[in-house]
Amino acid sequence: MTKTIKNVICTFCGTLCDDLEVDVSDDGKRIEQVRNACAIGAEKYLHVGNPGRVVLPRMRQADGTYKDISYEEAIDFTAKTLLKAKKPLFYGWSSTNCEAIAAGNTLAEKTGGVIDNCATVCHGSSLLAIQDTGVPSCTLGEVKNRADRVIFWGCNPAHAHPRHMSRYSIFPRGFFSAKGQKGRKIICVDCRETDTAKVADVFVRIKQSYDYEVFDALRTVLRGEEIPDEVGGVPAEKIKEVIELLKSGRFVTLFFGMGLTHTLGRNHNIDNGINFIRDLNDYTKAVLIAMRGHYNVTGAGQVLGWQYGFPFACDLSRLTMARHNPGETTSVDLLVRHEVDACVVIASDLAAHFPFEATRVMSTIPTITIDPHISMSTELSDLHIPVAIVGVEVGGCCYRMDNVPIETRKCVDAPEGVLEDEELFKRISARVDEILAENGVSTAAEYLAKIEQET
Amino acid sequence: MTEIIIKNGHVFDAVTGQKGDVADVCMKDGKFVDKVSSSATVIDATGKTVMAGALDVHTHVAGPKVNLGRWFRPEDKFRLGERCSAKIDPKTKIEGGFSIPTVYKTGYEYARMGFGFLMEAAMPPLYSRHVHEEIRDTPIVDEAAMPVFGNNWFMFEYLKNGEIDNAAAYVAWMLRQTKGYGIKCVNPGGSEAWAWGLNCMTINDQVPYFDITPKEIIAGLITTNEELHLPHSVHLHSNNLGNPGNYTTTLDSLKIAEDFKPNTNLGRKTVLHHTHLQFHSYGGTGWGDFESKSKEVMDYVNKTEQISIDTGCVTLDETTTMTADGPFEYHLGALNHLKWGNVDVELETSSGVVPYIYGKNVKVCDIQWAIGLEIALFSKDPMRTMITTDHPNAGPFTRYPRIYAWLMDKQYRDDLLNSFKYATKVIDATYLAEIDREISLYELSQMTRAGPAQVLGLSGSMGGLASGMKANLAVYNINPDNMPKGLDLENAFAKSAYFFKDGVKVVENGVVVDADPVVKKTYWVDAKVPENKQVLHDINEKFLKYYSVNLGNYEVIDHYAPHQEIIEV
Repeated sequence: MTKTIKNVICTFCGTLCDDLEVDVSDDGKRIEQVRNACAIGAEKYLHVGNPGRVVLPRMRQADGTYKDISYEEAIDFTAKTLLKAKKPLFYGWSSTNCEAIAAGNTLAEKTGGVIDNCATVCHGSSLLAIQDTGVPSCTLGEVKNRADRVIFWGCNPAHAHPRHMSRYSIFPRGFFSAKGQKGRKIICVDCRETDTAKVADVFVRIKQSYDYEVFDALRTVLRGEEIPDEVGGVPAEKIKEVIELLKSGRFVTLFFGMGLTHTLGRNHNIDNGINFIRDLNDYTKAVLIAMRGHYNVTGAGQVLGWQYGFPFACDLSRLTMARHNPGETTSVDLLVRHEVDACVVIASDLAAHFPFEATRVMSTIPTITIDPHISMSTELSDLHIPVAIVGVEVGGCCYRMDNVPIETRKCVDAPEGVLEDEELFKRISARVDEILAENGVSTAAEYLAKIEQET
Repeated sequence: MTEIIIKNGHVFDAVTGQKGDVADVCMKDGKFVDKVSSSATVIDATGKTVMAGALDVHTHVAGPKVNLGRWFRPEDKFRLGERCSAKIDPKTKIEGGFSIPTVYKTGYEYARMGFGFLMEAAMPPLYSRHVHEEIRDTPIVDEAAMPVFGNNWFMFEYLKNGEIDNAAAYVAWMLRQTKGYGIKCVNPGGSEAWAWGLNCMTINDQVPYFDITPKEIIAGLITTNEELHLPHSVHLHSNNLGNPGNYTTTLDSLKIAEDFKPNTNLGRKTVLHHTHLQFHSYGGTGWGDFESKSKEVMDYVNKTEQISIDTGCVTLDETTTMTADGPFEYHLGALNHLKWGNVDVELETSSGVVPYIYGKNVKVCDIQWAIGLEIALFSKDPMRTMITTDHPNAGPFTRYPRIYAWLMDKQYRDDLLNSFKYATKVIDATYLAEIDREISLYELSQMTRAGPAQVLGLSGSMGGLASGMKANLAVYNINPDNMPKGLDLENAFAKSAYFFKDGVKVVENGVVVDADPVVKKTYWVDAKVPENKQVLHDINEKFLKYYSVNLGNYEVIDHYAPHQEIIEV
């Protein structure tokens, strides 16, 4: 007999689908089947039972091999590494729950670290634009119930957020959108004809990195001014056609992704996009939503926001104040300038996504990776601490791409002895307190001073 | 067993009727008691003022729009001289922000001023988990949050059809799901209209599609509130906020309350709380002839016993406005061209965030400043008049001490009034210069302690020093026999000499000494109603068809509020 768990929240992408059904074995240890999920989401659940799961912390030895050690030893090593470092970097957070993030941030404050999340190489530029111009947005349910004009710009949900189109943006029938897809006009702006472009009513193919210019042209036409015959590879007629289509709508939504945040112009592209939406509000209702990637990258920013006031790149290394200066306190910059002397990678894969030079520096400083799986980061770390998988083996709060918090569900037990992220951080914090007390000091700065004096 | 005795302070307390009498106050195990043993810790309060812990009836300190404000205003953490990102006391965490402080700064600063309870004024139900996460992480102060109902599709349908039983069952369900405290109503109908880029400017405008008017919504919500016997009245932010000439809309909205009587045994005597009245008491036809109508509005409030209000005093600072009144924020953004944040929430509400600079030499801002003070000074019943800044809309809550000083010292406020660039024009457009009244310490204790406690239905446990009540107590360096003036008075309120929360010493000489032993509680209301199959069916259907989350994932489960104080009605 299997038992079915309903309303399971898929902890893969920022869409955070909450309608999965998971069949688990009688003893609550094995996942048998997953329904309603996309292919990626289903695999997230089904792979858990695969052989080869790491269940004990692994410490790298002098010869490059790994040796299993106990959690106590791993916690002690982490606490000491953090205390000895002047400026440790805590990077990641996007694939764990908010409870763990809060506990981890507390540890970072104690040890004078820099906290940064995946936004730093993702929607960080969107956040910078939001800091410059604001953000008119809404929840995804508003899109489902009202939107009749939907723009996808530099994003490809057909592959990156597979159920986004069916749950929220193109196909669903909502209260004021009873006709579903037939009542919506879909516009896709991209430099390639993606699978999302194939389901769009209007595909605007732009030259790569001409997003800013095209936004400018759209805004110019919207204000009734003339534009050149062609902008960024798009004929003027096409731009005018798009504007007419948008103005005739009652509720316009712009979804945007990496194609906008990481092409030439970066935050300025988003800035222009936000102002385009703001301008559109003179004619009709218009909003925009960022296509956040990891399932809880939004939550990592939220927790950091209410604890220290910034969405990412928060430097607590002075122990007396929080600083936020993107370009200076962002992870890639800190690494390539050799400004951090220890690194904790949590619930994310730094080595797989950062520029080579940043990854190389990370491999030369003491690094601890906290992750359920083996990844490129774990293989470049001095210590890999395995943890339970959020949304599968442990619950906790996560934030969807529209900032709606959803409580994830536990489906099966974690392998025996494997800790949760939150508990791990609390135990490291406790060990830090112990070490400080043993040395008769009360802050990390005093500890460092004492160590330096002794040597 | 901890026992504390506060000796020889000047006690101001409306519950026990003490108006500055020199007396002792005893605390034991987190409660006030009549006497303690000789082993009690003695705190000497000679020459100091003693009051119960204060309550804030309306403040935006937790939730999605507050955090959006923190996200998109890094500059709010970089103000010079305002301790905006700093570790201030040895035993506290790093505190950040000025107008939208982090949760840590929020808890610590309220405690330093002697506050024990905050009401988060607007909780979008879909985001209630976020609100509770922030509340959980805010140290020291007890909190509660009110879900918004004024633009809710369920309520529109039930109220339009006069189905009060269904409305009540739905509200009760929602309060349980969101761990909410009462019925908040923001720009009734207008926030829904904003989903189409429209608004409701008077109480008789039709809400698009839903075929109901703000007037019907307000009346319906009051009826529902009294049917459920909720501890707090309907908490209203009426239509047409912030526009010249809006006082007529305000009076129309207030008049709806005339037909109702409170129906609760928790001590509340009002049926409608109109919040941040300053923003709703404007005369004139445009910004040129913009003027105060505080007298007209307060005359009505004074003679209508069923209404309570809070002031929403402008503090003339750079701040961040945030409200569930989405259309207002859009218009404000169009007015000042600063950044505009907006979040519409499916089936429930809208909201917006815009930074705003209340310039000391901007005539309109100065008139707003005067109106806020006038409302408090025109009040004939301090028990129904609370002092707020609608934090952070009219100014940050950390400016409460300054407002108290303006209200208690005519010279202090007149000096500022006369220093304005357009002083003559401001004086002509307002009543403030003619008002000689100075609020007394006893009246202040009513406006910030006993009053809000009564209006919120918490007078059994908070807002006073009577035996058995929660031992929240503030001692200020204010000697009523030798009243400090102006800035000295302000500083005395900003840094309490002592603040005890549940009988635990949290603050001494304005420094948070230890926040760890305090158990902060989340208050919510569990209203009992008969099972209502119709409502459960409607809820099921709407979640199936229109919400973007499943019904099974909507409830705020217990671990978001680890220490709950549940009020059952």
